[in-house]
Amino acid sequence: MKKKRFARRHIEETIFKTLMLGSFLVVAGALVFILLTVVVKGLPALTWEMLTQTPKGGFYLGKEGGILNAIVGSIYLATGATILALIVSIPIVLYLTTYAHRSRWAGTMRLSLDVMWGIPSIVYGAFAFIIMLAIGMRASLLAGIVVLGLIEIPIMVRAMDEVIRSVPHELREASSSLGATRLETALKVVLRQALPGIVTAILLAFGRGIGDAAAVLFTAGYTDRMPDGLLRPVASLPLAVFFQLGTPYPEVQQRAYASALVLTIMVLLISLGSRLLARRLSRNVIK
Amino acid sequence: MTVRQSSRRRVQDRLAERSFLIVALLPIALVVIMIVALALRSSPIVAAKPIGDLLFGQTWLPLQGQFGFAPFILGTLWVTFTTMIIAVPICLLCTLYLSEYAGRRLRGVMKPLLDILAAIPSVIYGVWGLLAIVPFVQHGAAPVLNQLLGFLPIFHSDNPTGYSVLAAALVLSVMVTPVIIAVTYEVLQTVPQGLREASLAVGATRWQTIKHTVLPKAAPGVIAAIVLGFSRAFGETIAVMMVVGNVAQTPTSVFDPAYPLPALIANNYGEMMSIPMYDAALMGAALILLIVILAFNLVAVLALRQAVRRSV
Repeated sequence: MKKKRFARRHIEETIFKTLMLGSFLVVAGALVFILLTVVVKGLPALTWEMLTQTPKGGFYLGKEGGILNAIVGSIYLATGATILALIVSIPIVLYLTTYAHRSRWAGTMRLSLDVMWGIPSIVYGAFAFIIMLAIGMRASLLAGIVVLGLIEIPIMVRAMDEVIRSVPHELREASSSLGATRLETALKVVLRQALPGIVTAILLAFGRGIGDAAAVLFTAGYTDRMPDGLLRPVASLPLAVFFQLGTPYPEVQQRAYASALVLTIMVLLISLGSRLLARRLSRNVIK
Repeated sequence: MTVRQSSRRRVQDRLAERSFLIVALLPIALVVIMIVALALRSSPIVAAKPIGDLLFGQTWLPLQGQFGFAPFILGTLWVTFTTMIIAVPICLLCTLYLSEYAGRRLRGVMKPLLDILAAIPSVIYGVWGLLAIVPFVQHGAAPVLNQLLGFLPIFHSDNPTGYSVLAAALVLSVMVTPVIIAVTYEVLQTVPQGLREASLAVGATRWQTIKHTVLPKAAPGVIAAIVLGFSRAFGETIAVMMVVGNVAQTPTSVFDPAYPLPALIANNYGEMMSIPMYDAALMGAALILLIVILAFNLVAVLALRQAVRRSV
């Protein structure tokens, strides 16, 4: 009797351990599967012409041209949005970490940022669309930048907040004891100390901005021309993938796979770059 | 001179505090403005039709002024629940493995892996779904499960395309993985090591320790992690609309096509200004999404805080 129970719980242990390992392999396998699918389908269709030309007449019927407009458009959108988000995020983070430390307000603000993080981009898009209708603005690079900026703010603030809160208290105290004000301490000591984390946060937000499709669909529109002004519509890579897939022509769908590969490579490079850069910059951090 | 300079620095400090506070209030203000704007914009349809007809109405014919949201709301729920049924066990087991069994090396691999999964844009998930998952459902899952379990309505298949609730759920279950695993892992780390040691010391196996000690202690946080994953799946747009079929009918089987709310908004915003009330209906859909997700996230985030605070 006793022996049997002993055996049973060990069988249970083995079963669950196998299930757990299996689940881990499923998750890791899913990532490999996704990347392989995109590479295998995208690579044969990827040509130099695609990266260096804009769509010519009949592009969506399978004629020549490329997606340079979308690549450049996406970079403009994500760069603008990231700069905008940074301008708003730095004061928020400084307020949270320097002035509102442990106060009730800080808790509410962090809560609202966490909740904002989860709002789907389609809702941001619909909201921006209402505002654009109200002020009579057309789909444009500027509108896309603003809405992507809003989406990026919570990501950036929360990521920076985490890093800055991990800055040792002694550093602040040392700075204060030399007579620096809270602002001077924050700008000259804390931000510098947290620089690697801040760079990671910026790149994280940039990656999110460049991959977003639902909000851009409403706000930035799409065009076959290169971006030519803040108030003009602009193309973006995720939508390029989406629209090309939507056509019934296999040649165009092939290009969608190639565009997807380009987008994936860009996102992976950003993710990799943030790791390397963070490691590099952390040489100057006092530990 | 020095006195004046130092007072200027202090004024600067105060000024910075005030102006940073104003910027820091922007996110809260934005959420409120979003709710108000969407509510105002969707108010014409709420004023014109009884709310019950809107939420439970089955017919969606904008040209005839009929706006029944039920197929879309139910479509969203079908997709989201199917996703959770697939993703939650896998994510929990995976996280438990990482937290309770795996060594340092494996954990080191997992972090970048999850980061990449989280960084992949949703349109890429959509492409993958289209190339790999839809054909798998079409030629593999649907015929096989229909043959074996077709007597159960939820596995009955009369949709030959593969664009289905299940295809969307399979894609989404990979997309919610990073959120669920990362948050669950954090929560499991807050369970004191001493509890595990005590359990192991009285002769429990590791799985028994997990089952009787770790999981009960971590339960509220784990549930919060699942809720966060749920709301992620609930609002996902592009990837879902690429594989779900977009047919405005209430699904009765995982192999039926569906038409979730986000896809409804994204597919139709172009023509919404040309049909009366259509814009109000679509903004109402966005408002439903926003409110449901805000509520879920609020509960989850508060529960997580509670879970972390209690353990400290």
